[in-house]
Amino acid sequence: MEQSSKKMTGAEILIRCLHEENVEFVFGYPGGAVLHIYDAIFHQDKFKHILVRHEQAALHAADAYSRSTGKVGVALVTSGPGATNAITGIATAYMDSIPMVIISGQVPTYAIGEDAFQECDTVGITRPCVKHNFLVKDVKDIASTIKKAFYVAASGRPGPVLVDIPKDITADTCKFEYPESVHLRSYNPVTKGHLGQIKKALKLLAEAKRPMVYSGGGVVLGDASAHLIKLVQSLGIPITSTLMGLGGFPASDPKFLGMLGMHGTYEANMAMQECDVLLAVGARFDDRVIGNTKHFLSNPRTIIHIDIDPSSISKRVKIDVPIVGDVKSVLADMNELIATEKPAQNTNALAAWLQQIQTWRGKKCLNFAQSTEFIKPQYVIQKLHEVTKGEAFVTSDVGQHQMWAAQYYNFDKPRRWINSGGLGTMGVGLPYAMGVQFAHPNAQVACVTGEGSIQMNIQELSTCAQYHLPIKVIMLNNRYLGMVRQWQEFFYENRYSESYMDSLPNFVKLAEAYGHVGMQITRPEDVEGALKEAFDMKSRFVFMDFITDQKENVFPMIQNGKGLSEMILAEDL
Amino acid sequence: MADHATRHIISLLMENESGALSRVAGLFSARGYNIESLTVAATEDTTLSRMTIVTSGSEAVIEQIIKQLNKLVDVVKVLDLNDGKFIERELMLVKVKATSAFRDEMKRMCDIFRGRIIDVADGSFTIELTGSGNKLDAFIESLDKAAILETVRTGASGIGRGDRILKV
Repeated sequence: MEQSSKKMTGAEILIRCLHEENVEFVFGYPGGAVLHIYDAIFHQDKFKHILVRHEQAALHAADAYSRSTGKVGVALVTSGPGATNAITGIATAYMDSIPMVIISGQVPTYAIGEDAFQECDTVGITRPCVKHNFLVKDVKDIASTIKKAFYVAASGRPGPVLVDIPKDITADTCKFEYPESVHLRSYNPVTKGHLGQIKKALKLLAEAKRPMVYSGGGVVLGDASAHLIKLVQSLGIPITSTLMGLGGFPASDPKFLGMLGMHGTYEANMAMQECDVLLAVGARFDDRVIGNTKHFLSNPRTIIHIDIDPSSISKRVKIDVPIVGDVKSVLADMNELIATEKPAQNTNALAAWLQQIQTWRGKKCLNFAQSTEFIKPQYVIQKLHEVTKGEAFVTSDVGQHQMWAAQYYNFDKPRRWINSGGLGTMGVGLPYAMGVQFAHPNAQVACVTGEGSIQMNIQELSTCAQYHLPIKVIMLNNRYLGMVRQWQEFFYENRYSESYMDSLPNFVKLAEAYGHVGMQITRPEDVEGALKEAFDMKSRFVFMDFITDQKENVFPMIQNGKGLSEMILAEDL
Repeated sequence: MADHATRHIISLLMENESGALSRVAGLFSARGYNIESLTVAATEDTTLSRMTIVTSGSEAVIEQIIKQLNKLVDVVKVLDLNDGKFIERELMLVKVKATSAFRDEMKRMCDIFRGRIIDVADGSFTIELTGSGNKLDAFIESLDKAAILETVRTGASGIGRGDRILKV
């Protein structure tokens, strides 16, 4: 047990707690209510504080640090506007189950409820978008609360946990004692899956005629990738992935059918619809994945669902074989059973099923018409994959470019694809790239973005300059809020209401104003060379403004309310 | 999944901490679940609060409500009383007009429902009545609407019969 007989201030205790948790980076922004904490930070050098330019970016950067490493991300903001600016970042992390600890300053305890300067009910405002939160009312509770916060954030289904600390508590003193372990009688997440259910699941998969694996973000978050690969290879069955699960199974493997869902591949969506036994692993059957629920259920299939969160099971679709547990542990148990029991498979039926999938694949649904005149956004992503040899960490914002990055980058490893899947937060791309680059200083980090999204956190160009982050921004600039424009084209008879980005800045000059390298690429033949040139500048931040085809759409596409097999393909138009 | 909505009484134990009630109330409003009534008070172990929630929904919705309640970090135990035999009680106070001509009639009505008159004033009685929600509804129904001056109900409390015990 870490102890100190000398009395310390609450601020000093907080810093010591972060040391105990082996925190490497704290992303934050100072302010009145956290001045004691910042003074304590001044006196330490065990973790590095990263000064962002807006609290939202601090949250996103800490979030991406976590997504790319699996460790708990830490952010520090002041009271009132500091906390409210952080909300989007907290909600983004919550929707994607990212473990984070957020420390917010609060007005002194004696001023709470008096509408003090920079006061807001942070615990109240954040309650619906955190896994849990705490208001610390006594300096003696700081250490135990921080211990609980890290434990709750990282265990079970992970999520952000906020600790609100009033200013006077950070000045009060007491002895520092960091608890070695934590026990909460009200919180006991399940880890092991039920063996009986696991056996039942395996039997169903082996006997299936048209088996299919549908893997999600839980595989990435649960570090279960190796176990998933083993399972799929030993059973030899096809697999698709959600947006959040990309990289959990290698995209270059022939068993992989690509992403499914609203902009999923033809083969993945058809197989998802037609399979007779579905194994869902750490995925949650959300509206962007299965389309119209009734249509999805119109084709009967037996569904096995592995998830650590019982509330994910039978939430939108009734599950036949629920397995509540840590995906890694359950998959390991399954693999062990396969090794010992060697279940007989329905090989003839499986071969016919794989043949059927090959036919669907023959549609080549991701083919696009190359142009000599305009830069095709898909082509930029393909070239990005080539130039970075598929090894880059790719962050994205939200919109068409996000879908193209997901469709064309072909992620082979987990934790390389960093995006806001659940909340769909525009503006995450650049701060996500920052968080990833801090965590992996020597890695290639590409931020795929659009001219709409990038402007939502453009101020972070300054942070990137301060810390010399060699991020490469790949901006697919079509002068439209592309996804909005696409929907307006399809569903609002081309009435492009407020979706054109007028008065765009000169992004090259803007990048240069911050001391970065700016490039504008307008011709298809220059794409590859420019990317090589940019990635060769290993120590520089390069902002690449690709002027792309304005009218390009994301295909395949399932319209709102339609079923999985009712896709619009590029060739249909 | 059955779409037919039924009434359920859910009992739960949670850490007796500030904000605990708003976590539960917030969950119901955020996910669009019904709350017919919600009562809460500390138990004999003052670190725990016991809550009784009366809600309604299809089987699938009730299953989600139970799971979502269990997911709240402060919630220690959740029990759907409808899964077994249980007793439900609610307390109601009704202030009724009781002018001289009607005082006997009001007293009789109160007796029939096994209520108690707990305050007597010149023109009114206050009646205390305990029972299931249905019984309280029936009492209100049987009174002349014009005679009712004021009502207040606690919302239901529930407890399992016999060996069904909700305890940490």
